[in-house]
Amino acid sequence: MSDALLFKDIDEPGLNTLAVYEARGGYASLRKALQMTPAEVLAQLEASGLRGRGGAGFQMGKKVSFLPQGSMDKYLVCNADESEPGTFKDRIVFEQDPFAVIEAMTIAAFACGCERGYVYLRGEYPLAWDRLVNAVTEARTRGLLGDDIMGHGLRFDIELRKGAGAYICGEETALFNSIEGFRGEPRNKPPFPVDVGLFGKPTVVNNVETLVNVLDIVLEGGRAFAATGTEQSTGTRLFCLSGCVERPGLYEAPFGAKLGDVIEMAGGVAGGRELRAILLGGAAGAFVGPDMLDLELSFEATRAAGVTLGSGVIMLLDDTVDLVPILLRIAAFFRDESCGQCVPCRVGTVRQQEAMLRLANGRPRGSIDDELALLDEIARGMRDASICGLGQTAANAIESALQALRPFAGAGAA
Amino acid sequence: MTPIPARASGWDRATDPEKDPALIPDPATTEVPAELRASIEAAMARYPERHSAAIPALHAAQDLHGWCSPEAIEQVACVMQVTPAYLDSVASFYDMLETSPVGRHSVYVCTNISCSLRGADALLAAVSEAADGDADFNVRAFECLGACDIAPMASVDGVYVGPLELSDVPQLLEDTRAGRPVLPEKQLATRLVADPDANSQEFPAHAVEQGKR
Repeated sequence: MSDALLFKDIDEPGLNTLAVYEARGGYASLRKALQMTPAEVLAQLEASGLRGRGGAGFQMGKKVSFLPQGSMDKYLVCNADESEPGTFKDRIVFEQDPFAVIEAMTIAAFACGCERGYVYLRGEYPLAWDRLVNAVTEARTRGLLGDDIMGHGLRFDIELRKGAGAYICGEETALFNSIEGFRGEPRNKPPFPVDVGLFGKPTVVNNVETLVNVLDIVLEGGRAFAATGTEQSTGTRLFCLSGCVERPGLYEAPFGAKLGDVIEMAGGVAGGRELRAILLGGAAGAFVGPDMLDLELSFEATRAAGVTLGSGVIMLLDDTVDLVPILLRIAAFFRDESCGQCVPCRVGTVRQQEAMLRLANGRPRGSIDDELALLDEIARGMRDASICGLGQTAANAIESALQALRPFAGAGAA
Repeated sequence: MTPIPARASGWDRATDPEKDPALIPDPATTEVPAELRASIEAAMARYPERHSAAIPALHAAQDLHGWCSPEAIEQVACVMQVTPAYLDSVASFYDMLETSPVGRHSVYVCTNISCSLRGADALLAAVSEAADGDADFNVRAFECLGACDIAPMASVDGVYVGPLELSDVPQLLEDTRAGRPVLPEKQLATRLVADPDANSQEFPAHAVEQGKR
């Protein structure tokens, strides 16, 4: 694959060891970065237009530039609490290429003047954890982490932290609370993490995939990096294909690729069956119908279409799938994973599940339209009043399915 | 250790709501296994604030005791010098910290959307039935385990296996009981990202060998 940036040599045997990583050109980026000033690295990041791959799509260069300058305690956090249903890209990056993340974090830390980094990895990923622990230990022994990195006097070390099974901890401020040793309940924003973050200090949080892109940006230059992809979505993207697809797996494609083409990379619908719907962006994303196969996969085109790329989930549902149990599962998921801190989400996710159950059982309170109106009202309440993204997006997938696919149309009563 | 009376309410929960809130345990009278103490103290030393060590400490205590039992919580509270109630608030929040006794072998069956599209519900039912009555097993449905590329899948004592057929279930339990590597052919660790059946159009030929490592 000529477009592969993140996937270059991903199956190289032993890539998770330093020897092989260096043999394939690892640490060339850090070496180059250390010959630049932090401001120059930052300028390349901004020129690249790199946007966050975790879901929100905020420009990384901009985020880093909001961090206060000067010498003080600040933290760099790598958010690897990947738990959006249908997402498995970060796991694969850590399992196959842990040094890429370590090197990228070191560069990012150099650019923002952080001396301490945290990786918050999902507790359910033991293999990724082991490989990451080994990689960090090896990097420390070889002077690639510590007080004098590469003899350059750069000081940076990474503390690894394992989650304990909570979807909400992928939210950046919940993640801080979890690292600090509390229940993973999100904090109100503002203040934003770049001002008051982990341990109350300025903190910049980035997703694993976003960070790995930093390597190419430094090596090739920000402008060259921006040549791939579209104008507002630069570089390539990892897409997690799953569900009723011929070859489920992780695929890398440049931004701007057509949805249908990415699905073709994975061999199309399993068994050559008819496509019914696609869940884009995970449980917090949206369902689209087969009429959207021409959708360009970029931040701007998905936003214009009212959907989201989220964490890169493309989940296929074929014509044999009963949509209603899938929607019930999504409703149950959000009820389970709501942290219970704020009322709109704690109550809203339960009410949403109840309404869906009544609809699914064919016993709507009033007419089907009444229930749909209630769901809409719950969705608005959650979107407007929840503290964090979980509550704000908990109704998205269900709402989009009700609108685009109308699973309850013609079910009587209406 | 003083035995906990079986009739006390909440005996199988980490805290008993009928009792007065427990105080920070007295280090002079609370016995803590040396190894556990060492690993908690090591965790505390790594963070600017000692509360930060709560989750690693509870993980360590759970590894020792099998679950976050009242005794485990008391020991952690003693070393960290925090209240048991605070630790219970943490333990009860996270799915992977058990607040009631469970079997020592965990089998998490992913039942989220992508796995359920590929038969996870039948798989969970089969595993639950096959392990029914065996107190050694903690079989439970889990939200997305992040391995949709091998759906339907399960995490057996932390080892990812998939894609699973119903016919794999007896072998899965047998391997686990016997302490053997579980379903070696189906372990995620032996799988390539870019293998021809799973991913990408091209893959290096030597990768096939790596798959057997």
